[in-house]
Amino acid sequence: MGKTLAEKVWDEHLVRSSGPTGDEPDLLFIDLHLIHEVTSPQAFDGLRLAGRRVRRPDLTLATEDHNVPTIDWDQPIKDPVSRTQVETLRRNAGEFGIRLHALGDIEQGIVHVVGPQLGLTQPGMTIVCGDSHTSTHGAFGALAFGIGTSEVEHVLATQTLPQQRPRTMAVNVTGTLPADVTAKDLVLTLITQTGTGGGQGYVVEYRGPAIEALSMEGRMTVCNMSIEWGAKAGLIAPDETTYRYLSGRPGAPQGDDWDAAVAHWRTLVTDDDAQFDQEITLDASAVTPFVTWGTNPGQGVPLSGAVPDPLGFEDASDRVGAQKALEYMGLEAGTPMREIAVDTVFVGSCTNGRIEDLRIAAAILKGRQVAEGTRLLVVPGSVRVRLQAEDEGLDVIVKEAGGEWRGAGCSMCLGMNPDQLAPRERSASTSNRNFEGRQGKGGRTHLVSVPVAAATAVRGTLSSPADLEEL
Amino acid sequence: MEAFTTHTGIGVPLRRSNVDTDQIIPAVYLKRVTRTGFEDGLFAAWRNDPGFVLNQPAYSAGSVLVAGPDFGTGSSREHAVWALQNYGFRVVISPRFGDIFRGNSGNAGLLAAQVDDKVVLRLWDLLEAGPGTTITVDLTTRTLRAGDGPDAVEDAFDLDDYTRWRLLEGLDDIALTLTHEADITAYEQKRPSWKPATL
Repeated sequence: MGKTLAEKVWDEHLVRSSGPTGDEPDLLFIDLHLIHEVTSPQAFDGLRLAGRRVRRPDLTLATEDHNVPTIDWDQPIKDPVSRTQVETLRRNAGEFGIRLHALGDIEQGIVHVVGPQLGLTQPGMTIVCGDSHTSTHGAFGALAFGIGTSEVEHVLATQTLPQQRPRTMAVNVTGTLPADVTAKDLVLTLITQTGTGGGQGYVVEYRGPAIEALSMEGRMTVCNMSIEWGAKAGLIAPDETTYRYLSGRPGAPQGDDWDAAVAHWRTLVTDDDAQFDQEITLDASAVTPFVTWGTNPGQGVPLSGAVPDPLGFEDASDRVGAQKALEYMGLEAGTPMREIAVDTVFVGSCTNGRIEDLRIAAAILKGRQVAEGTRLLVVPGSVRVRLQAEDEGLDVIVKEAGGEWRGAGCSMCLGMNPDQLAPRERSASTSNRNFEGRQGKGGRTHLVSVPVAAATAVRGTLSSPADLEEL
Repeated sequence: MEAFTTHTGIGVPLRRSNVDTDQIIPAVYLKRVTRTGFEDGLFAAWRNDPGFVLNQPAYSAGSVLVAGPDFGTGSSREHAVWALQNYGFRVVISPRFGDIFRGNSGNAGLLAAQVDDKVVLRLWDLLEAGPGTTITVDLTTRTLRAGDGPDAVEDAFDLDDYTRWRLLEGLDDIALTLTHEADITAYEQKRPSWKPATL
């Protein structure tokens, strides 16, 4: 029997296998270990305590992203606790010989934006990071997943991870996405169908014509949110789109190495006779702009819909969950989603902070104005993305529309830096989590696509570009 | 890591499902560079509510948390496990855990015991009827026990064999892996030369 893509990548990284009956996990070699300031300090402390070194600093890359300010980034960080954490990363990177892209460096940015844009994220690799959105890198056909700090320490010390072999699932996406409907709408629709635990225990392969038609940015958006339906990782088979994106990037192989790499990458597809443990199918043609109403990413509806009635949920715990979510969100059942007024629009994050996302936002904002009483925050995912956008004049469009143009980082996606919602403030956010307090204590988040975010900024209520007056 | 065999402690009924790690500890509490002191951020938003279960004296010294399905979803922050441990929890019982949270628990020495939905419902009823009731969790037999009489709950829980063994022995994963260092070196020698490097 053939193998799935995930199984091929897994098997290529086996340092040790426990065999078919063993209960011991497999030991996997890790090709790339990404690090940031929040989940690494205790891991480096552990190494020091045990007198261990970093086994492969040459397969490790650090960047500052979660905690960094998006204004005055040339100044010392004002919050002393944030500053200490960032300075701790700098000290650890120096002590253990790890390459670091610090605030102010041209390669600084969100770890999941930086890896791909440097060309360090490649098909068939194993990639880990102390961050659950590491699944983003699966867009290249890499097996990429988030780990905890104990595991960060384990990878630093051994360049391996003990892992139980996961089950595999195929998400077959047929048809074609309609105009103004994006990869984000697709994945939000999927998560609402499966629930937050639907992918639990699986490595998911997204496949089918609608996936193949996506750009690398769109594929990254889909894979990024794999964790939001519980999947261990999500990946997409590499193809010409992948190779075109990678070719010429600093970390990509060159010359004969490129040819050897591509020849290998072409083998990284699921065999025709391979069996997935589970398969689900989604019709992209039926997807419409999709937004969340609740406090987890599985609580969503089409933008054309209304806030659901908790009594309408069959499952008792879903009913209670919906009731609590509506209370927290300050919403009434039956309210059309399009009538919900928004205070802040956030465009950015590892989900939707890439150049393509900023181009889409700018195209909608061009010649229009942000609604009175609404704040628009545009935060590029990396310094490179910011500079590229500024080259294209996107920053001017955002500022002329009345939006704020910021420096690179995770920013309001999780509100560790000063970019936060106030209590009861409502956002439309292109990020990945609408958990209670995620964007600031008491803040209320609606997850949206980039076109919906931009249109919402203009109208002040949840909207799609189709709702805007023609210019 | 401290070895775990059995533990008896006050059960805390957390009647919620989908408790993500942002609820367990919000991001603003993640700025410390130590593994201790995170108890102040545990369930930070909910602890402002006087009615919240941990604000009730009968439960405040609890060490066995009983939660609804999908506990620990979301962010990979191991700080969520540390916050529970720093507060005094040794065990979390739930019908389903987020993958990364469950892995982090096993690595940090918090027992994440998976049970049937029905067991959680019965435990909630028992703990609410008798605040301060203790739960005994036995890792050697993978069973839990709470209460007396007709409402007593006695059932098995799931935990994979490998994690159970490591918790029972209190073993450091890194030391275990380093016993296979020759295998790692052998693997490194056969990696293709075109694989990317950061230095």
